[in-house]
Amino acid sequence: MANSNRKRLRSLISGAPSWLGALVWLVVVVVPIYWVVVTSVRSQANFFVESPLSLPSDPQFGNYALVFEMGFPRYFINSTIVTVVAVALTLFVSLLAAYTIVRNDTPLARRSLNVFLLGLAIPVQAAIIPIFYMITRMRLYDSLLAIILPSAAFAIPITIIIFTNFLRDIPAELFESMRLDGAGEARILWKLVLPLSVPAISTTAIYNGVNVWNNFLFPLVLTQSPETRVLPLALWTFQGELTINVPAMMAAIVLSAIPPLTLYIVGRRHLIAGMTAGFGK
Amino acid sequence: MTTSDTTRVRGRRRVGPSLWLIAPAALLFVTFAIVPLAGAVGLSLTDWNGLGTPAWAGFENWAAVLSDPITGQTIVLSLKVMVLSWLFQTPLSLLLGVWVAKEGRARALVAIVYFLPLLLSSAAVGLTYKNLLDPNFGLTASSALGPLNHNWLGDPRTVLVVVVAIIAWHFVPLHTLLYQAGVRQIPKVLYEAAAADGAGALRTFFSITLPQLKYTIVTSSTLMLVGSLTYFDLIFVLTAGGPGYATRILPLHMYLTGFQAADMGKASAIATVLALMGLTLSLALTKLSGFTKMQSQQTGL
Repeated sequence: MANSNRKRLRSLISGAPSWLGALVWLVVVVVPIYWVVVTSVRSQANFFVESPLSLPSDPQFGNYALVFEMGFPRYFINSTIVTVVAVALTLFVSLLAAYTIVRNDTPLARRSLNVFLLGLAIPVQAAIIPIFYMITRMRLYDSLLAIILPSAAFAIPITIIIFTNFLRDIPAELFESMRLDGAGEARILWKLVLPLSVPAISTTAIYNGVNVWNNFLFPLVLTQSPETRVLPLALWTFQGELTINVPAMMAAIVLSAIPPLTLYIVGRRHLIAGMTAGFGK
Repeated sequence: MTTSDTTRVRGRRRVGPSLWLIAPAALLFVTFAIVPLAGAVGLSLTDWNGLGTPAWAGFENWAAVLSDPITGQTIVLSLKVMVLSWLFQTPLSLLLGVWVAKEGRARALVAIVYFLPLLLSSAAVGLTYKNLLDPNFGLTASSALGPLNHNWLGDPRTVLVVVVAIIAWHFVPLHTLLYQAGVRQIPKVLYEAAAADGAGALRTFFSITLPQLKYTIVTSSTLMLVGSLTYFDLIFVLTAGGPGYATRILPLHMYLTGFQAADMGKASAIATVLALMGLTLSLALTKLSGFTKMQSQQTGL
């Protein structure tokens, strides 16, 4: 008994430096986030006089109301449409492609995976001017579709990789037996591939969802009017409109982070498990 | 893993889904990712302001880009950001990843908080720090933090290091997650054997954890190095490349040349240089590490 206590004490002492380091980083992560949140409920007058990290003497949600008046709901809806459509499109075409790459036994299917892998090495910025050119020629400039199409295109490679890694682990016998029962491709996809891929689908949905929601370059280059503005771009234009109204700026940042935060809380386990599978050895 | 299956299938009629099922993904991907790469080379040979029709210009843009000292300067700066980011983020995320990989309720809670910066958009992170570091109203402006009161983003001597630190704040969570996943895959027996041999914590870390994390280090470093070429939005919002040219990295230089100075031809030449750097780097890292799979650089998206 005394021995095990001593052992625990020793491990506690030897663990102390690492805990200390971990807590230092925790402070580094938390202080800016805390500052954003407390500032967002401070009145603008108090922002200039109160100590930045103190709790607001007169907490109020006026800043949030102001952000709502400045068109936030419209931008929020735009971001939601872009994210949902782009992610659904990405997952749908990627699942079809990954299933074929894994189950179609031809060199062409295998080689097509390498083409998608190449996509991971393309910096998005290097492609943005021709994308701008194409989108204007397709008469899609300043529409939500202009953001959706390239967002989906650049999300496809990583999604296909995670899906193929995942689908390879489904035993071949399952496909064989369904085929013997006379099931066609559509039925196999619907009844076998889709239900078994749920973990991979949730991982890629969260990963791509957060990426598309937060993307800045495509909306910056491919849209211009307030009607098609999405949140990251709205934050940037708020900065110009609000100038020194920092509390309202922080309220907008808090509001824009709520959907990714919700996605993360809901699907955290899937995300971590999927990252391991997708990027693993 | 499915080789037994394929050999069994061979000999009979070929079964499996039609290749056409790849078509939708391929069409979308080729149209908006592969074609634009070729398009950038094409547009670099034209004179175009972004509105009218591109007019043939030959190698004028290339001559201009290659003789402009700013080009070399932005390339060097991009490489600096890349190396500094790697040096800053790798040890930090490795240690944090090892730390959060251990069991325990408190650690799991801390790990959740660690992840939060990754959920913010680059625009949000940029605007947060721009205001937080404001020399007049920001956090560091308060009198209690006297020595920290400095115009961090306005001083060309400090701005680069501060930007690299902010990038680390945003992206260390992703790499911590990768290392956490890597550590959890190390067989427990190795640690039991080390403990039986009386190895201490440091010895165990250097003889077991670090070598076992080889592949994770390669993956994470590839993501970091290639991804660092694309830190565009954060720096755009934070400093717009300033003060002066102090943080004008290559993608930012491309954007400002094309979309603000309305010289799309010259910007396309810069974009081509950027694409070449990205592809060369990925290829070199792949060869260097003997890694057959190219890994993602989606962090920069």
